[in-house]
Parts: sequence; C-alpha cells; structure tokens
Amino acid sequence: MEHLTVDVAIIGGGTAACAAAVALREAGLTVALLEKRLCGAGASGVNFGGVRQQGRDLAELPLSRRARLLWDGLSAKLAEDVGFEATGHIKLARSDADMALLEAYARDAAGHGLDLQLMGPNALRAEMPWLGPAVVGASLSPTDGQANPRVVGPAFARLARRLGAEIREHAPVRHAAHDGTGFAVEAEGVSVRSRTLVNAAGAYGGAVAGWFGEAAPVAPLAPNMVVTEPLPHLVTRSIGVVGGDVYVRQTRRGNVVLGGGRGTADSVDGLARPVTATSLGAGARTLALIPDLAHAHVIRSWSGLDGEMPDHIPVIGPSATTPGLVHAFGFSGHGFQLGPVVGEILAELVTQGRSASPLHPFRIERFAEWRGPYRSDGEIEH
Amino acid sequence: MAEPVVAIVGGGPAGLRAAQVLAEAGLRPLLLDEGHRAGGQIYRRPPAGAERPATELYGFEAGRARALHDLADALAPRIDHRPGTMVWGIAPREPVGFDLDCLGPAGHGRIPVDRLILATGAMDRTLPFPGWTLPGVFTLGAAQIALKAQGMAIGRRVALVGAGPLLPLVAHQYAKAGATIVAVLDVTPLGAKVAAAPRLAAMPATLAKGVWYTLRGALRGVPVRAGVRAVAVEGDRQVEALAWEDSRGRRHRVPCDAVGASFGLRSEAQAADLAGCRFVFDPLTRQWQPERSAEGRSSHAHVYLAGDGSGIGGADVAELQGARTALALLADLGRPRDAAREARLDRRLDRQAGFRAALEAAYPYPHHLVEGIADDEIVCRCEGITAGAIRRTATERDAREMNRLKALTRTGMGRCQGRVCGHAAAEILALTLTVPVEAVGRLRGQAPIKPIPLREPA
Repeated sequence: MEHLTVDVAIIGGGTAACAAAVALREAGLTVALLEKRLCGAGASGVNFGGVRQQGRDLAELPLSRRARLLWDGLSAKLAEDVGFEATGHIKLARSDADMALLEAYARDAAGHGLDLQLMGPNALRAEMPWLGPAVVGASLSPTDGQANPRVVGPAFARLARRLGAEIREHAPVRHAAHDGTGFAVEAEGVSVRSRTLVNAAGAYGGAVAGWFGEAAPVAPLAPNMVVTEPLPHLVTRSIGVVGGDVYVRQTRRGNVVLGGGRGTADSVDGLARPVTATSLGAGARTLALIPDLAHAHVIRSWSGLDGEMPDHIPVIGPSATTPGLVHAFGFSGHGFQLGPVVGEILAELVTQGRSASPLHPFRIERFAEWRGPYRSDGEIEH
Repeated sequence: MAEPVVAIVGGGPAGLRAAQVLAEAGLRPLLLDEGHRAGGQIYRRPPAGAERPATELYGFEAGRARALHDLADALAPRIDHRPGTMVWGIAPREPVGFDLDCLGPAGHGRIPVDRLILATGAMDRTLPFPGWTLPGVFTLGAAQIALKAQGMAIGRRVALVGAGPLLPLVAHQYAKAGATIVAVLDVTPLGAKVAAAPRLAAMPATLAKGVWYTLRGALRGVPVRAGVRAVAVEGDRQVEALAWEDSRGRRHRVPCDAVGASFGLRSEAQAADLAGCRFVFDPLTRQWQPERSAEGRSSHAHVYLAGDGSGIGGADVAELQGARTALALLADLGRPRDAAREARLDRRLDRQAGFRAALEAAYPYPHHLVEGIADDEIVCRCEGITAGAIRRTATERDAREMNRLKALTRTGMGRCQGRVCGHAAAEILALTLTVPVEAVGRLRGQAPIKPIPLREPA
C-alpha cells in the first residue's frame, strides 16, 4: 500500500480533474489524482466531441465563453494535437416553432456576448446545399467547433504528470473522510492525506458528496454514439437540432459521427453500452437531415458513462458541509467543452476560495431540499 | 410451456452439428449464417449451379465436406435456416435471453432468443511484412475461398507463405486444382514440426493435414521450405516477386503475381464479447478467447460455444464440439440425457486436445517476426497506422493497453475494427513495453460486428 501526503487530492481522472491537476501544479501545490480506470477514458473520452457554446443553459454560458478562449491554444499547451477546429456549430430548425426557439435563444445569448447568426431557408441552402428538405432554418455559432475527445483527457493527464502531479490509474477510491486535521482518501493500492479534496468523480460524484453528508442526485447517463466509415468531406459544420434528438459532425479523417438518444448505463461495473434501436433511430434522423449519407456504412457504436443532474447543469463549487472540499461533477452529457476551464476554476476555488466565474447556479445546496423531477427524457445535446 | 428459442450463429462444422443434435431432440433451432449456403469456411460450397467435384475442391477433406453438406441438406426441413444473415448486434433481454440484431436479405431485423450457440469460426491472422499491403497479396483463407466459392486461383503464379496447418492444406488444394505454385514458405522452424510428429501421428485421420513432408512429393521442383526468414513481397503497384532468406541465411527471389500469406488463425469472438461472455488468454495461440468448459458452456448461463470461434481446434474438433455443446444445452433445458453419447464425445474431444497441442507446437505463432517489423510498415491498414506510430505512442504517450492505443492512434478504429490488425498491434505494443502480450489486453467488441448500412436496405 502506497501512502501519499499532498496539498490537494483529486478523485476522478476526467478532463476537468486532469486540468485541475495541471492548474494546481502551476500554482505550486502538490497534487495526487486517483482514477478508477484510465484518465480520460470515461465521459471525457467517449463523448461526441462538440466544442459548443450555442444551446447551453444560460447559466453555463459565462463558463462556456471562458472555456472557448482556452480551446484555441489547447494543442500548444498540451504539446499534442487535440484536433480542435472552429468549424462552427449550426443548430437546425425542423419547424417554425423550432425557429422561434432559436430566435429567442439568440437574443438571450447576445446578452452574454455570444453572437449567433440566424439563417432562413435560402441562406441555409446556399451554404449547405446537401441539407434535406426537413430543415427550415438554423442558428449558426461561427466560433464553435469540434475536437477529438479521445486525446484531450489523456493529454492533460500527461501534462499534469510532467508537471509533477502524482497520477494513479486503476485506483478506484473506496472512501474519503475528513478527520479534523485533513482529508484521508482510501483507494485501491494507495491512500492519500491532503488539506483539500476535489470531487470530480463524474457519475460517482453524488456518492462522494454523500460521504460528506451532502445530497446530490446524480443519475447515470449514457449518450449513444455511432460512427461511419471515412467518407469524402461533406458535413462542413458541427450540427445539432432543436430538441437534441440527433447531432452530427464529420471528423478530419472523414468519419461521420452521429449521436442522439441514450444507451444503457451500468453504474455498478462502470460501463455503458450503446442500444441498437437508438443507433438505428439516430441514423434515420441523420438521413432526414443529410440524405447524401444514404450509402454510408456504420462501423462502430459506443457509449460512455456520464453523470446527469435533475436540472441538467453540473455541480461546481465548494461543499456546504466540509471546508476544503470542492465539487465538480454531473455535467449531464455536455462537459467536454467545459473541461479545461473547470480545471482552472477548481484551482481558483482551492487556492483563493472563490472563482472569477459566476458559480451560484451550480452550488450543491440547490439539491438539499430537491423534490423536483428529473428531466431525464429531455435533451442531452453534447 | 413453449419451446425455448435456440439460435445458432454460424453454419460451419460446429453450427451444423449443433443444429443436428437439437433437431434430433425435437427442437427447431434457428441457424443464422453469413454464408449463402451452409458449410462454413473450410467446407465452403460454391454457389448453387456452379458446383465442382468435391475431390477437386477439398482434396483429402472431400469425404468430410460431402458428409457435412449432405447433413445441411437433410436438416433443411427441420431447422429455421437463415442464410445470408449477419448477426451484428447482441443485447441482453429482460429477464433472460437476447435480442439479436441481424442484417439479412430482407433488411434489418431483431430476433428474440432464449439461448445462443456461438459457432462463429475463425479468420486468418496477419502480420505485417514488407509489401503485405500490395494488390495481389491475400490471406491463405481468402486464397481458399477464391478456389472453393469461385473456382479460381488468386493468381497465375502463386507463392504461399505462412505459419500454420492451413499452409500445406492450401498448397495441396491449389496443386490439385491445377494452379501454378512457385514457392511454399513456412516461417516456423522445421525442428518444431519434427519434434511434434510423434504426437501428430497418433491421429491418423488428420495426419496428412499437419505433416509437412508430403508436400514435397506433390510439388516436385517447387521450393518448399521451413524456417524461412525476412519474407518480402516486391512490386511497384502490384505483386511482382517474393523474396526470402532461407534457414542458412541465403537470399532467394521468385517471380510471382500473387501471394497467399497468413500466420495461423484467430477466433472470431466478437459475438461472444457482445453477449457478455468472459474471456481468457490462451498462451498456446497467444490470443484472448471466450472461456469455454469441456462441455461447451461459456461463462454466461445462456450462451454456448463451439468450434474455432472459442479456441482454434480445426474442423474435426468443431464438429465434435458442436454436438457436445448442443447436448449440454439440452441437459440444461432438463431434457433426458444420453450419458453414453456424451461420454463418447468427451473421449474423442480429449484425444483431439492432444493433437491440437501437437499441431500448435508444430506451427507456433511466429511472434519472433514482430521484432523485425520496420517502423514504416503499416500495421492498421484501414487507418494507415504504422508500427513506428504504435511504438512511439507506447513510449511517449503512455499507451499501455490496447483500447488506449486505439484511442490515441486510431489503430483498430477502421472498417475492420481491429479484426485484421488487432493481434499484430498487441504484439508490437507488448514488445515495445517489454510486457507479456496478455498484459496489454484486447480491443473491446462493439456493435456492429461488421459494417452495416446506415440506411436500411430496401
């Protein structure tokens, strides 16, 4: 059994956790990060790969705006090509009611400095003549884009390690507690003592919060993904729809990735699996948007385990029960773009006790008396 | 109570014998097979109307091939045979059983079943060597399929390279069919074959398959060599010649227009993976396979395994296992047992196990070739990933496991989903990390098992 004593222990090895390890090392603190499998192999690594501000809950927009600034320089910072391309994100309307929603959102987003361009049918077809007749209009966010989720988390983990963070993979955490002088974290093969503790445990974030007497109703979420063989370049932008039942992008390699709907999540063994009916449904909806993909072949489907909050925005902020404990989990299927900035925010919370970004909507206390419903049948987005 | 629905995936020797036993017991099993006619790979049948004499197609396997084809015909009215049907997804059903996602002549379909017999067979193992991606290079299995299904050879002047009993078998079949063979090169040492010969001789029925020397008489004047090294296909845009180094270090070169090359067999085990079966590493053949009991039970209470899909044993073993696992399934259903028949099959399987070990000793997996794979050689041909990229990713980007290697490099992320490159990539990764090959794990199976159209076929 290994024993480590550090300033900060981090539970979880997703992008936000690894980015926090980097930021904390840059601030001069000692860090131990405990990941149950491999860093970046969970929701961070198996998501759609959308780098999107458009369509987010307005409460998330300040964080998402700040995150977007980091993406341009991410490959340089990580010394690794993360595949980020600002292809724009276009959200399609399939009815007049959809279009009205896009118009309303564009007005609200403008208040946060996010410039969205509304497009009618003619402008849309002029730019993307391959869109099917089901589409009647769209809202374009030119600064959004896409990246390769498989490489971002692992690259942050390697940078953290180069900076001196102790990263322990295949080290699931059994328990954590505060003994009056500091935190004691017991994991497989290693125990850690620390002054502060970061809970970035994704789908298991609620369980960790529970050890400290805090309620956070996290449900497992398994977004369903499908990918085609590499195809000639056609889909120029990352595509979403009002309602969120399908989203599509084409990678640099030419594969078309399509998501939409849910797979099955098994939080006991920590694995999520795609569901074939969901995959076929996403395929049919994609063909309604992009009929030219009719001859494409699907080569793989997959899913991954994320944590979903009842109100579909994450928990980010200090514990309400335990000084020195900081939470960031429950990204509800759309944490990929936020990961790098959440790392910075976590480091701010640890080193300064507060963040430059407005975190009030994400406080864990909002669930102390939570009686509301889950929106679990609603939009996942990406 | 309604009869349970039993589906057999794969219509080769194992699947057909399983279907026979179930049909004899009064069940009407589903037989789902990618082939258009039952028979599997080793006894693959030509399309209807294009038949040729069995002795020409199957050589000394002709009698067994005929028997199995006759069985398929006799079973037709007693089973629900779905030819041309690919099972591409398997999902658990509540409370028990599975939904099988299939693509067949009528399009996509979902079939609920109570129990599964997986007899999914094997495919060639490949290893990269210079020129292996040139047009004109085929696997030995593909060379065989060309002969049996289409009645044609892979070229006019054919060189055959490999490690495994398929090599002399294909050489015999090609010679019998009148093809011009210019070289037969085994990359494993002759010594291993000689050492294994006494054990091989204990099985006279299959002796001819495994023994190397018989080839020499059949192919007079053609180089038939064991212990060959440094095999390289030469050619500009297609195969023009095969070069090699013999066991004494002398260089040779023979002009040819096609090369058949593979290095043993790998189990096609994706269906077992999707069904939730536990896998174990087989050190003899250096591959992960679904765990199978002597009676053919998997780790999953409702999944049964038979044939090369769960352990390479060859066609004779597959037939015995198919029958044996079907008996185990019937026993699990509470049907009356035929203890004498079970014991007979167990004894024959036991004898075959010794033969199989001898065969594997005679044709060891040539992992020593992995060291010689140059950095610029393509390993994953779907995605164009080189051996050097795999080695660099292992050392510079902490890829210590196959799924991480896939995520970081795209190895195994293309059309074949690692079916072709997975083993070679694992060997390269393990060698780079200086760990045993089992330590780097295996690529997780994901639906679809093979590519399916995004749009449902009309």
